[in-house]
Amino acid sequence: MNNNLKRINIYSIYLGALILILPLIAFFINAFSFRWFYPQVIPKELSLQAWVRLKLIPKPGQRTFEGFLDLWASNPTVIKALVNSLTIGILVTIVSIIIALPAARVLGLLNFRFKKLIIFIMVSPTILPPIAFVLGLNINFISIGFSGSFFGVCLVHLVPIMPYVVLTMTGIFANYNPDFEHQARTLGANKTTTFFQITLPAIAPGMVVAALFAFLVSWSQYLLTFLIGAGKVMTLPLLVFSTASSGNPALTAAISIIFIFPAILILVFTSKFVSGQSGATSGFGKI
Amino acid sequence: MGGERLKIVLSLTPPLLIIITLFFGGIFYGFLQSLGYQPAIGKYELNFSAYYNVMFSERYAKLFWSGLALNLWVSFASTFLAAVFALFGALAIRKTFVGKTLCNFIYSLNLPMPHLVVAVGMIFVFSQSGLLARLAAQIGMISSPGDFPVLVRDKYGFGIILAYIWKEAAFFFIILMSVLQSLGENFEELAQSLGANRWQRFRYVILPLVMPNLFSASIIVFAFSFGAYEVPALLGVIYPQMLPVMAFEFFLNPDLNARSEGMALSIIIALIVMILVVFYFWLTQAKIRKD
Repeated sequence: MNNNLKRINIYSIYLGALILILPLIAFFINAFSFRWFYPQVIPKELSLQAWVRLKLIPKPGQRTFEGFLDLWASNPTVIKALVNSLTIGILVTIVSIIIALPAARVLGLLNFRFKKLIIFIMVSPTILPPIAFVLGLNINFISIGFSGSFFGVCLVHLVPIMPYVVLTMTGIFANYNPDFEHQARTLGANKTTTFFQITLPAIAPGMVVAALFAFLVSWSQYLLTFLIGAGKVMTLPLLVFSTASSGNPALTAAISIIFIFPAILILVFTSKFVSGQSGATSGFGKI
Repeated sequence: MGGERLKIVLSLTPPLLIIITLFFGGIFYGFLQSLGYQPAIGKYELNFSAYYNVMFSERYAKLFWSGLALNLWVSFASTFLAAVFALFGALAIRKTFVGKTLCNFIYSLNLPMPHLVVAVGMIFVFSQSGLLARLAAQIGMISSPGDFPVLVRDKYGFGIILAYIWKEAAFFFIILMSVLQSLGENFEELAQSLGANRWQRFRYVILPLVMPNLFSASIIVFAFSFGAYEVPALLGVIYPQMLPVMAFEFFLNPDLNARSEGMALSIIIALIVMILVVFYFWLTQAKIRKD
């Protein structure tokens, strides 16, 4: 290839990368400079005021280990939302994996009547928009008392997560050879031992990826939490949305940085697993 | 064999139960309510008046049809542009160069990013006092924030489209990268040795090979952007308003009669998405039969 053309090609890749991280740059400038007035491009001074206002970092002079502990123990809104988001995400992920495991095994290894129909039913929540089911469900949940409860929010998060965990794990089981289990059983291992010594190690890598992305789907859920939580269950996306609507850029940016932190972490951790071939990727469309 | 059948049924019941009761149950109850069934206010008779009201009544017709037009425009534009950008990015980035790993990472960075955060990012970058407006002011292109074009909270949905491009280009990028990787460069080298130029190699070799994956990813992106709430809620205007936002506002209206209209809107959104997906399957099946 022509050398000039090659150079233009590479520079346009760099330019694309720069454009793509502009929002991220803006997040960090906003979060660490309380008064970033137009038309400054570089803020005049750096400040932790947004973080102090959110009660995540103590006021100057109190920034000792105890200072941080005392402040966080006072349970500021962001910490409360963070804990809620984490708890819901982890709970829902564990439950979805446990429920999906036997189903994925059956779908991946066996052939039976109505299998296509069952897969079709299973994947439909990934295509149809959440607003189509959550409005009706909301009324039902109000009448049975699930609305506004932690339990109700966890339950509704299972809807977008379930299809996607089942699909990903079905893919894992489709490439899994159950003969090793038979061998273990013939050699005298009981069912539990066989599961933990043979099955689990074989499916673990794929399962971890499925779990991480299930967590991310729950982590970024706004509409479902807002409607079913009925204002009583505060999570990080709800906080980001309300702060962004009320229009304080510094506070919005600071909360957003906390909100995106796990997402970036998970991408770093799983980048080698993520490819268009794995069912995991299709779940990203829903985050 | 009876044992096996029992095993299948027992294994599949829990996830199916969740999907059927919560998801399909929710849709069914929403549909009932859209027909005017509201025991809470003593309405039991079923009719299509909410659908009629939303689409044809003098009060809502303009709002609905402008919203539908905006929906179609936003979904088509963002799906198409995200796919095009991702295709060029993926083709360019295949060659080895300094900083490839980092660029690859940055290009995938928006994949796990929640839509909500991407929408906030668009406000920070593209608003009239955002990062780009400041840069433009710095180099003297504009003299006041008002000179910068309205790109977020605009009536053409530019901000919403930008947010979806940002987010979904990464999704297309990952899918394209893996397809291109699995293809290798053999086809292209063969075409080159047969005398195909760059454009011909792109048009007749690469494009047909990536098209099936690109197309099915497009369906996912289109369906999502057609029914999602957060991005248009943050980056949209009151008129014209995208349908999911409109449905949600109807639903939150203290007037319980508006609730049926909100439900009707959400059912219409779901129907349009469903028709699209069925059409897509019909199209791919027809193609498979033809081949």
